[in-house]
Amino acid sequence: MSEHLTEIIVFTILFAVVSGMGFVAARWRRPDNLASLDEWGLGGRKFGSWVTWFLVGGDLYTAYTFVAVPALLYGAGATGFFALPYTVITYPLVFLVLIRLWSVAHVHGMVTPADFVRARFGSPTLALLIAITGLVATMPYIALQLVGIEAVLKTMGVTGDLPLIIAFAILAAYTYQSGLRAPALIAFVKDALIYLVILVAIIYIPSQLGGWGSIFDAAKSKFAATPAVTDGTLLNANNQLQYITLAFGSAMALFLYPHSVTGVLAARNRGVIKRNMSALPAYSLLLGLIALLGYMAIAAGIKPITTNGKADANTVVPQLFDKVFPDWFAGVTYAAIGIGALVPAAIMSIAAANLFTRNIYKEYIKRDATDAQEAAVSKIASLVVKIGAVLVILLIDPQFSIDLQLIGGVIILQTLPSVALGLYTRWFHRAGLIAGWAAGMTAGMLMLYNIANPAINHAHFGGSAFPLAKLGLDTKITIYAGFLALAVNLIVAVTGTMIARAGKLADGGDATSPTDYLADEGDPRVQKIELSGSH
Amino acid sequence: MTTPPSEERPARSDRSPWNWLLLVPIVIPLLTPLYNAEEPRLFGFPLFYWLQLAFIILGVTATTIVYQVGKKRSGR
Repeated sequence: MSEHLTEIIVFTILFAVVSGMGFVAARWRRPDNLASLDEWGLGGRKFGSWVTWFLVGGDLYTAYTFVAVPALLYGAGATGFFALPYTVITYPLVFLVLIRLWSVAHVHGMVTPADFVRARFGSPTLALLIAITGLVATMPYIALQLVGIEAVLKTMGVTGDLPLIIAFAILAAYTYQSGLRAPALIAFVKDALIYLVILVAIIYIPSQLGGWGSIFDAAKSKFAATPAVTDGTLLNANNQLQYITLAFGSAMALFLYPHSVTGVLAARNRGVIKRNMSALPAYSLLLGLIALLGYMAIAAGIKPITTNGKADANTVVPQLFDKVFPDWFAGVTYAAIGIGALVPAAIMSIAAANLFTRNIYKEYIKRDATDAQEAAVSKIASLVVKIGAVLVILLIDPQFSIDLQLIGGVIILQTLPSVALGLYTRWFHRAGLIAGWAAGMTAGMLMLYNIANPAINHAHFGGSAFPLAKLGLDTKITIYAGFLALAVNLIVAVTGTMIARAGKLADGGDATSPTDYLADEGDPRVQKIELSGSH
Repeated sequence: MTTPPSEERPARSDRSPWNWLLLVPIVIPLLTPLYNAEEPRLFGFPLFYWLQLAFIILGVTATTIVYQVGKKRSGR
């Protein structure tokens, strides 16, 4: 432990400073009171371009991403690089969709994606399904942030569960007190640290390893030496469709996650969102370069830490930093990863808590809940969510969370017809959407169940690359399971809608009007909502 | 941001032929044959890596143009 003492001290100091900021954040742009979801859960809905950029960036590019994406490249090569095209296409893809969501949410005081579905399709059942899907997809994501911290602690030789519990207890306490203002303020520090680390890493490490050319050559010869045919620094004939569909599917899924929606709805106006769609790709550049740390680890001869006979690939990046950097700077890099886990974990738990409060508590338990009661329930729910995440990591194999997160991406995609298409058209019948959701979920789970991965000793849930051969096609080509599941969902939703219409099945009402989707800050109706929000 | 409060809501529209520009950075990065090759290398990066990183510029350009054009059209 002593050989890592400097690293531990630097890590602890930075972590403590950031935690202090989290508590102070409650006073930042202090409102009259924090006792409403608009304030606690959406930071007053007043964040400008810069705060939104840091907040959404800190939200989408998580510590887990920074540890797991390089680990993917380290293990399999080019297929792991899908994370780059994924985050390039997502912004132009959602550019026009998100501003519509922002407008309608502000006119109607919506806080969650399920709130929108409830108003648009007049179906509490559909809204509940969307809310539960969001909760199930978000929970393992929160747990995974702990995996990021754990990888860092492991590399510093810190063992035992106590440090992890303390870190999350502090996080839970300041999220409870400050709400969305805490991660928004901390995101500044987190991103400053991450940009610093990666800038130093991409200049300094290649100079130590003989330049970029030899880093790629080292990766190439490593993959050439393995018996597996699916790895390599380029794609092969069989995994290109998987690469395309995984990038496209993930891009569609990203802004369906409740925590992404939380970040977007906290923006002050439509212009803030549009400007961010042009500015957020700066993080994609960062992510692309971080991914290449996996190849640097190969060139530097890093081997993952093995505990109880299981190699933990997530430790390759922290270990690379430990090997090449002086102790004090390695400490800074660990703090960057550790703090990088806190921002998304806080936003995700707030988003999950809002879903519970708005779409389960208010809908089914206490219909006449006041703003203050909603905020109180959300605060407690955010604690429960975090305790759940810690228990999942401590009591169950972390691999379980990774599997669950994989499932999460596939199932959140099943909310696309109701949420994303719903923003554009009211053509779908609520019964068709429910049937489509059920079909997509079933198809997705069946496919994931049938994907084996011998490398991690999994007969089921071994990845997201579904072999088309399992459908009886004579080919070795694989496709992203979520993409195929969404196709099933859409087909059933369209057919179901036509059947429901033909059978004159009663449809829900639509509480929104076409102009709601174009409203902006300063419009009378938007202002009216803001005034009645929290006073 | 300085729209005067009035009872009449401003006629606004998100429709614009410029929006089609957004398709470019969605489609191009998904065409794997464009970049799935080792050569030519740039600063030691195989084509697969540097070209995909370069697509970021494509995305930023398209979203910026659509935003700026939209801002002019709605007069703010």
